[in-house]
Parts: sequence; C-alpha cells; structure tokens
Amino acid sequence: MEPPVSITETLMPVPDAAGVHTHAPASDRLKARFSRNLKERAIEGVLFLAAFSSVATTLGIVYILLSESWVFFQHVPLKDFLTDTQWTPLFDDAHFGIMVLLSGTLVSSLVALLVAIPLGTIIAIYLSEFAPFAVREIAKPVLELLAGVPTVIYGYFALLFVTPILQWFFPDLGGFSLLAAGLVMGVMIIPYVSSVSEDAMRAVPMAIREGSYAMGATRFQTAVRVVMPSAFSGIAAAYILGISRAVGETMVVAVAAGMQPNLTWNPAEPAATITAYIVQVALGDLPHGSIGYQTIFAAGLSLFVITLFFNILGHWLRRRYREVY
Amino acid sequence: MSTPTPPTLDTHQAKLAAIRKLIASAKRWDLVFAGAGLLALSFGLLVLVALFADMLISGWMRINLDFFVSFPSRRAENAGILSAWVGSLMVMFVTALSAIPVGVAAGVYLEEYAAKNWITDIIEINITNLAGVPSIVYGLLALGLFVYQFGFGQSVLSAGLTLGLLILPIVIVATREAIRSIPQVIREGSYALGATKWQTTADHIVPYSMPGILTGCIIGLSRAIGETAPIITIGALTFIAFLPASPVSASAPFINFDWLMSGFTVMPIQMFNWTSRPEEAFQQNAAAAGVVLVVMTLSLNAIAIYIRYRLRKNIKW
Repeated sequence: MEPPVSITETLMPVPDAAGVHTHAPASDRLKARFSRNLKERAIEGVLFLAAFSSVATTLGIVYILLSESWVFFQHVPLKDFLTDTQWTPLFDDAHFGIMVLLSGTLVSSLVALLVAIPLGTIIAIYLSEFAPFAVREIAKPVLELLAGVPTVIYGYFALLFVTPILQWFFPDLGGFSLLAAGLVMGVMIIPYVSSVSEDAMRAVPMAIREGSYAMGATRFQTAVRVVMPSAFSGIAAAYILGISRAVGETMVVAVAAGMQPNLTWNPAEPAATITAYIVQVALGDLPHGSIGYQTIFAAGLSLFVITLFFNILGHWLRRRYREVY
Repeated sequence: MSTPTPPTLDTHQAKLAAIRKLIASAKRWDLVFAGAGLLALSFGLLVLVALFADMLISGWMRINLDFFVSFPSRRAENAGILSAWVGSLMVMFVTALSAIPVGVAAGVYLEEYAAKNWITDIIEINITNLAGVPSIVYGLLALGLFVYQFGFGQSVLSAGLTLGLLILPIVIVATREAIRSIPQVIREGSYALGATKWQTTADHIVPYSMPGILTGCIIGLSRAIGETAPIITIGALTFIAFLPASPVSASAPFINFDWLMSGFTVMPIQMFNWTSRPEEAFQQNAAAAGVVLVVMTLSLNAIAIYIRYRLRKNIKW
C-alpha cells in the first residue's frame, strides 16, 4: 500500500534537488486530476448499479412469472384458466379455474375492507381534524405497531381467538372461515388506510378550513364537507392501497381460512385464496418443472397483475392530490 | 294589503336563537364524532392488547430456558425453538449484509448523483411499485431465480437474499429521507474546500444521515424477521432438528461458509407449523413462539425509535 498523499504534498511547492522551490510539473497534476475523475466516475457507476438493482428486481419478477406461466399456458388454454369453475390442479382430472381462488381472495378482501375503510377513515379524520397534539403523538406509534406485528401472529389470532368468539355468536361457523380471516386482515390494514388518508387531509391548506369556519361551520361539517372532498383523491389512493394489501395478504388467510379451493361468495365458508394456494403448494413436495409447480407461478402472475393495477391506480391518484395545491 | 313590518327586536332575537340552536345541534355532532374517533382508535389498541394477552396467557407455561435450547419435537412438551431462532439470526445476517449496502448506495445515488432524466424517473416509479408488491411474489421470484436458476437451493442464502430484496425499498426510502434533511450549506462547504463529490458524500452526507439510515434499516429488518410467506414459498422446511454448520470453528480456517447453503427454519415458520396443528399442546407452543417473535420485533422497533429520538435531540441544523 502506498501512503496516502497529503494535500500539502500535491499542491504546495516542493523543493527540487537544488533546494529551489518549484511547482510539480503540470503533467503530474493533470494526471492526478485524471485519476481522481476516473475514481469519481467509477464510484458513480457502482452507485448507479445499486439503484438500478431495484429495476432488475422488477424485471426478475416479471421474467420468472412470465416464463414459468408461459409453460403453464402451453398446457392449459387461457380461456379455461379464466372460465373454468373448478380448481383441482393436483387431481387426475385436473381443472385450472383461477375464478375459484379469485373468489376466496375477493370475499376475504371485501370483509377486510368493510372493517378497514370505515375505521381507517374515522381514525384519519379524527387524527387530522380533531385530536389534540398529545393524542396524535401517542396514537401514531400504536397504529404503526398494528402494522408491524408479523402477519403469522395475526393468523394465530384469527384462528384461535377470533374464530371461537365468532362461533359463540354464530354456532354454525366452522373452524376455518373467510370471515374470521377477513376481519383480522381488516384490523391489520387499518394503519395503511388511516396514515395515507391522514396525510392527504393534512395536506389540505389551512386557509380552506378557516374559510369554512368563518362561514359558521363546525369542525365536523368542515371535516366532512370541505376537507374530505378536497383530499378526495388522496383518500381514494389510501383505499386502493388498502385493497392491494388485502389482496396480497398471505399468512392470515393461509392459517385461518383453510386451504380448500372453494368457489363461494359466502364469507362463513372456508376457501383458499390465491396466496393461500401458493403457500399450500410450497409446503408440499412438488417436483420442479411439474405442472403443479407451474400453477403457483400462474397464480402468482394473476396476483401480481391485480396488485400492480391497484398500485398504479393508487399512486396516480396520490400524485394528483399533490398537484392541486 | 299590509306593508311588511320592519323586524322588531323580538323577531331578531328569535332568529338569533334559532341560529344558535342550529349551531349547537351541529356542534353535538362534533362531540359524537370525537367520541367515535377515540372509540375507533381504542379499538385498534384493544386488538393489540387482546392479541398479546391471549398469546401470553396460552404460551406463558412454555416460555422457559428449555424452550430456547430444544429442537422441535413430535412431543409438544419437549419441543423448542433452537433451530428457529438460530435460523432467523443467520437469515437476518445475510439480509442485512445484502440489503443495507445496496439500499444505502441506491439512496445516495438517487439523492446526490442522479440526473433528472427518464432513467431516474423509471427507477423512482419502480421503487414505489416494488414496495407494493405482495411479499409472496418475492418468494416466487426467489424460488425461480435463487433456488433453481442460481442453484442456491432451499438455503439460508436464498432466504436471506429474498428478504434482502423485500426490504430494499424500505432502506432506499429511509436513506433518501435522511439525506434530504441535510442542508445544502454542508455540501457547499465541502465543495468550497476542494472536496470531490464522493469525498463530500462519504465524509459528510452519509455520516450525518447515519441515524436516519440506521432507523430505516432496523425497521426493514424488523419487517423481515416476521416475514413468513416468501420463505415458505422458497420451500423452507418446517421440521428441522439440527443447526446449520457453525460459521466459526476452533481450527483453521476458523471461518467457514457452509451454513449459507444449509437447510434451515425461522421463527415465523416454526410458529406457523405449530399453529396449523390441531393439538392444543402445540398451539401453546405456537403462542410461546409468537411471544418470542413479538418481543424480537418490538425490541428492534424500540431501538429504531430510540435512535430517532436521539437524532431529534442531538442534531439541529
């Protein structure tokens, strides 16, 4: 290793053999600057590669999902995949109707949203328009905690705490149900809905509220009739991001909703969602390259497309409210 | 025909009273709604309390030293979480080592270096979208790419890299926010002394934003430690009664990397496995494992909150 060259050595006049102080030759300084620039360039390149790795991840996801699904769709026509009403990929009489899994996903997400949207919206309005500073300072970390609890723990909670309570009210309810999974999932999603909608409402300028108060409106009237409409696209974005979370949630439904594919619209029944099916197959021992192995990529592709649609819609809406003010 | 009488003081007062009544009744809604808001908030709190209390009550009996130093077993009362917590630690190590350098470098690039052009736009849109991809899709990516195409198998390495990709957006966003809060004068001061861009970044920007970056990294890791779905998807085993080879040994070469390729299980998978068994004894084990998992997650979060608190206290630009 060379000792590091100090600034004084490179920039200050150095004594030559005769003891006369002269500047280092211009060519040396140019060389030093050249190598310095080269190093800077190289570092920038490395940093760029790091940033680009996120794009590579997306490309990787798309490539893997498409290439494995491509093989799958060679065996199963897309039309059957979309219209068949049975999902029995591992039976001798195999059917591949994604509708079956989709119904489970839709019903559980719907139940979750029926919990998360009202509660999340009320909490967001309360925190943004009503709550004193101290309450907000305490409430926000608690809500963050609600989102930070590992999902497998919510699965445990849904199966062994919520289901028995529900069975007490509805004795006919089985041990696994979309209802129990959906309710717990809803609580889990509350913080996502509330924090994005609260941000949107707080972005509404104070002057708009003051105008409303000056007309004699109360806080509640101002919140519901002035602030909420002004923050509409942000709140809509929050709901949509909540939907996307619910659709992609895995462990709660895998634990508490059962893993039996079941084409149903009844939340009291057990059913598999897209995500639960992937977990079920991954837990088993399917040989790499078999049709059963490829079904999880086809299912994953459907999931990816659905959540991507909602995410893009959500971000588009969120961008819009930022541009208004 | 009578001429309209001018409003007397009485009618004026009556109108005023009517308006006051209207406002008062509208204000009642304020109270009702404030009550509803508090109720909704405390419902969230109540769920958290119920969740922890329930797990603590059913799992309390099982939490003792034996539980931490025993392998899983077919007999619930002998089963423990040794392989699970060791596996979690190893996977977290790989995750931290892969996600933090790449994430911080990406954040630095986007804040300090990136030109405002379409490539940067694509990277930014892409990061926001990645944050919304369901975690199980990362598992599918890892299954296809790491496990089969790269041939890492169902190993600690595959799992660590998968979770690394998963928390990359969190680390990048935290790094960017931390860097953004550094005032421009710091950069100008550094440039004025002749520092290059990289010298400015490495000697000033990154050290000064360290608390924010650390907070983000820890929150990312606390998310990763509880992730179950992607690790199940890559085919982690649920019943592991051995430990991966030790990374350090008493004889030369002292350090080995066999553990990277070893089979493994992690805390959330162990808990999932026990939860899905019908016997109540195993479900008590699940509750105990859940308590340990929550304590792990919460202590990571507490560290992050503490660092954030220190940051607010010590740094004033």
